[in-house]
Amino acid sequence: MNIAVAVDNDVSHEPRPTPSETGPAAKRIVVGYGFWIFLLSDIVMFSALFAAYAVLAHATAGGPGGVQLFNQRSVVIETCCLLASSYTCGMMSLAVSQRRYAVTYLAALITFVLGATFLALELREFAGMIAVGAGPQRSAFLSAFFTLVGCHGLHVAAGLVWLMVMMAQVAIMGLCETVERRLLCFSLFWHALDIVWVWLFTVVYLMGVLS
Amino acid sequence: MTDTQYDRAPGDASALPDVEQGTSSGVLVYTIGLGLAMVLTAMSFWVANTSLLWAGGVSLGLTVLAIAQMGIHLVFFLHVTTGPDNTNNVMALAFGVLIVALVVVGSLLIMADLNDNMMPVGELMNLHMQH
Repeated sequence: MNIAVAVDNDVSHEPRPTPSETGPAAKRIVVGYGFWIFLLSDIVMFSALFAAYAVLAHATAGGPGGVQLFNQRSVVIETCCLLASSYTCGMMSLAVSQRRYAVTYLAALITFVLGATFLALELREFAGMIAVGAGPQRSAFLSAFFTLVGCHGLHVAAGLVWLMVMMAQVAIMGLCETVERRLLCFSLFWHALDIVWVWLFTVVYLMGVLS
Repeated sequence: MTDTQYDRAPGDASALPDVEQGTSSGVLVYTIGLGLAMVLTAMSFWVANTSLLWAGGVSLGLTVLAIAQMGIHLVFFLHVTTGPDNTNNVMALAFGVLIVALVVVGSLLIMADLNDNMMPVGELMNLHMQH
């Protein structure tokens, strides 16, 4: 008992090597950090679109506003889809770290289906709005709305294409280190899109229907 | 992976190699995150639609709920922690949040101020008529 305690103390007092002593960081860390910086710059771009929307939210030019246009039921379904796909994306990264191919494919498939459902619902909403004459050319409010929400939808579409490419790479190259790094970046991207959506449904859809 | 490393890639769930996490705890982290995010989402939609609350405070409440949910996503899905191996990620995140806050709050303040100081359209028309 005493010996064990003594050993524990020895271990805890041993100084950790400083960053300069450990040498260059592993490639996984460098790549992940670089992608993190990219994501933050992407979010800064979204913040400009959010600011434009918030400024123009009441500039409806006599056209329809959010209260008339937004359908909260479909927003709830879209939110659930994206949240659940974030969860399955997390399950996928756990399966990847344990080299479980079947679980990886299954989680990726569910993530893809949920993301595609989200995109289909959003496109249906856009089509419905354009059909009633509330297209992006109608007012400054609608221009800002289509730019902001459309930009997020474009990111989701890009993520779906990326996910398909990654699954092809897993099938061809296996879960080697390179593919694992790319999947890490993909899951970062997907979770970040969910964070953007949280702000989107709060600022656009919920605050938009408050009088 | 054998030596001690100070940094961790953002989104990396696996902590130091000697405290290797099993799948069950990883699944648990994501499940807790999902549960909390769903509760906060449900609260947001309820707050926006209820007539129980004072209407003036609803948008502030929605903002607080969104910030809370962003925190949940960052901690449970992106695995951002306050540990020493995460300092770089947190610093970059803090800088990003600063820029986002400057852009959004700055734009809103400036445009609200401009709107307040702008002459009403009616008076502007009169001015055109006179000259």
